[in-house]
Amino acid sequence: MALFILRRLIQSLFVLIAVSVVVFFAVYAVGDPIELLVSPEASMADRQAMIARLGLDLPVWQQYMSFLWRALHGDLGNSFVHGIPAISLIVQRIPATFELVVVAIFLTCAIGIPLGLVAGLYRDEPLGRGIMATSILGFSLPGFWQGMMLILLFAVWLGLLPASGRGETVNVLGVPLSFFTADGWSHMILPAINLALANIALVLRLTASGVVEARSQDYVKFARAKGVKPGRIVRRHILRNILIPVVTVVGMEFGSLIAYSTITESVFAWPGMGKLLIDSVYQLDRPVVVAYVMLVTLIFVLINLVVDVLYAVLDPRVQLLAPAN
Amino acid sequence: MTLRATLTLMTATLGTAAFLAGPATAQTLKIALSAEPTAADPNYHKMTANDALSAHVYSSLVGRDADMKLVPALATSWKIVDDQTWEFKLRDDVKFSNGKPFTSEDVLFTICRTLNNETNVSASYTDVTKRFADVQTPDAHTVIIKTLEPLPLLPAELARSLPILWNGIVEHGKLVYEPKKGCGVTGAWPTVADFNSGKNAIGTGPYMLKSYVKGSGIELVRNENYWGPKPEWKEVKMIPVPNAGPRLTGLLSGDFDVIENPAARDLPRIKENPKFAFVATPSTRLIFLQPDIARNPSPQVKAANGANPLQDVRVRRAMSMAIDRKTITSRIMDGMATPAYQYMPDGMFGALPKAPEIKYDPEGAKKLLAEAGYPNGFEMTISSTNDRYINDGQVSQAVAQYLSRVGIKTNVDAVTASIYFPKRAKREYSFSMGGWPSETGEASALFGLWVASLDAPNSLGTSNYGGFSNADFDKVYLKAAVTVDETARKKLLEQSTQIALDNVPLIPLHFESTIWAFRKGLAYEGRRDQYTLATSVTKTK
Repeated sequence: MALFILRRLIQSLFVLIAVSVVVFFAVYAVGDPIELLVSPEASMADRQAMIARLGLDLPVWQQYMSFLWRALHGDLGNSFVHGIPAISLIVQRIPATFELVVVAIFLTCAIGIPLGLVAGLYRDEPLGRGIMATSILGFSLPGFWQGMMLILLFAVWLGLLPASGRGETVNVLGVPLSFFTADGWSHMILPAINLALANIALVLRLTASGVVEARSQDYVKFARAKGVKPGRIVRRHILRNILIPVVTVVGMEFGSLIAYSTITESVFAWPGMGKLLIDSVYQLDRPVVVAYVMLVTLIFVLINLVVDVLYAVLDPRVQLLAPAN
Repeated sequence: MTLRATLTLMTATLGTAAFLAGPATAQTLKIALSAEPTAADPNYHKMTANDALSAHVYSSLVGRDADMKLVPALATSWKIVDDQTWEFKLRDDVKFSNGKPFTSEDVLFTICRTLNNETNVSASYTDVTKRFADVQTPDAHTVIIKTLEPLPLLPAELARSLPILWNGIVEHGKLVYEPKKGCGVTGAWPTVADFNSGKNAIGTGPYMLKSYVKGSGIELVRNENYWGPKPEWKEVKMIPVPNAGPRLTGLLSGDFDVIENPAARDLPRIKENPKFAFVATPSTRLIFLQPDIARNPSPQVKAANGANPLQDVRVRRAMSMAIDRKTITSRIMDGMATPAYQYMPDGMFGALPKAPEIKYDPEGAKKLLAEAGYPNGFEMTISSTNDRYINDGQVSQAVAQYLSRVGIKTNVDAVTASIYFPKRAKREYSFSMGGWPSETGEASALFGLWVASLDAPNSLGTSNYGGFSNADFDKVYLKAAVTVDETARKKLLEQSTQIALDNVPLIPLHFESTIWAFRKGLAYEGRRDQYTLATSVTKTK
């Protein structure tokens, strides 16, 4: 297993380099940030000095090579707009996004899987059909609109919850988290629900179809014939067998929520990473965009690794072996 | 913990949370900003959002009221000794937020810091200080500034770009004005990070910086040592919410007391609701169109004779006459703009006292076009941003329709700002929209950058993408720029305005208004310079 993990990490290094090439040149193609940075009142000399300081006077391949060289030394460059290291700008935002996504994924699993089980087990009854029909709403509503409706209902009309922003934070080992304050929760719940709704629907449908398929399998029939209690059949025989696709999807969703929950973060003015990405793209802040995508790639690689390990835990048939050469 | 127990606990927590999330204490003011300050360093990057934040924490020698009139601040008075020498008398009762007294040394130190600032963007705070020949501090409350050339706008420039820092943030010996040699500073010059962390954010302004966290907000607390009237709010929170929708819902739900720039389309909703109100204050930001005058042919103009019709002043005048400014400001801008018939609002320094209205006259425009040899018009493209100025995309569409009506078949190319500005700088456009706020309160900066002939080494005409060049204008304007005497300069600037209006290097459209919406029980004094300040908010009850 150690060998497996090692191999995967080495492979991911190549992925990272490939991604850096694509992103670096794509961002370069969008436009010249100097027009957005330098005030029109600046003199020619100041302008040239600025261009030289940011290294924008070099040919693009040279800019890339120096970026790569510095990146290998752990320096992903300074933000053009904020003047501080891009990576620290991103890291500052991670706790906010991370806790939001953890709550959203928790809601996804805690609501999606049980409802999916119910929908699958009672497929032909009104309860099951009702759940399945409602779930269509979950992923067909656009996240932007859905967020605005949540705000309108709970914040503007009912006045129960705040409309936007992040609540009070408490430092836990130096990381500011709003998990531990009532104010924090009141700010978090609406965006978390907004993020979770589509995923709940997805996990629900995935679970339901898995249950339907598993129910007709021989091992379930056999267990029933053997007189195993229905509750145990569901837990031991059905649920465990259908979890593999669910874990895969939840893992991927976890990654993409961390990286690209931009819409929800904009609607709720949540100070997370997604908002940073959008702002940086608008301001042509190249180092931040590149560092961001690199970091996100790394997160995806790690999550995939965790998912693979989970497979092995869930399904004894899966063995983590290094692929044959 | 079982699933059920977890869920119960969560519901309970949520219940309490909703209960606790009541209105904040009356002493805290919450403001939603449309643009986030990029740093808490007052010498970092010259942008309205950054300067507005600086104005809370720092004071300048010269202040500026809501109408951009200069008023005494840290300096009680200033006088011109000769054309290149100014003397400023300082207040003797001012203390920094840490209790240390404010003296002329701080002024000298601040000037030196702008010139020794390695972590800034684009050196924008040196625009005025790099033109100083010498700074002397004969006593603790007098500063004498000698400039390299006559600098009539010195007080206005000091008001907008020299917030005073405390000299104790860096170790130094005796301070002398030798910026190239470090002015006598022995320690390391402070960086942007030192200000963002609050360590060096020590000023004489009405508020103190409590925390600055990128993306989540800025917290300010009242500076009890402030020299001016006691600030009304004990604490101020500024939260960046760049998206207009969430900003408005935040106001409606009571999260914010004041919001910047609500979308023009949402104003009727605020107007109808008795719990909220808004103010719209005309700014000096002029929106204009810039025709390509220098090139023949021009890349995005197609005329039957192959020439560039925009070179003919009659064509430019016809275009200006063909646009119905009143309809644009009332219908597209919902009244949040005033039509512009010259380059500064009427009556401001150097503008015509009352510019004659440019009447909407499509027939007259057609006649002028025919006179210029284009009875059947020509074809061209208008380029603009679609996310930089208020309703910019719609305004350029309206302009295109007006021009098409008089025979100039106009296509619209509206793109996002990050694509638009670099392309315009490369001069890929023939007819482009621009915007410019005259921050010094007079027309000279706009003329110097957008109308004067290109002279890059002297920073003249660097935004003159149309390549307009008029010897008469240059002569009068350049003389105005170095004339210290107020009456003479005013006359020269009025003359420059007239020459520009006659030759149409830019077609003025309108002046944008800045909007602030706020909850009932507050009053907001809108500012012409577009700063959002906590000191502009007062309680009415």
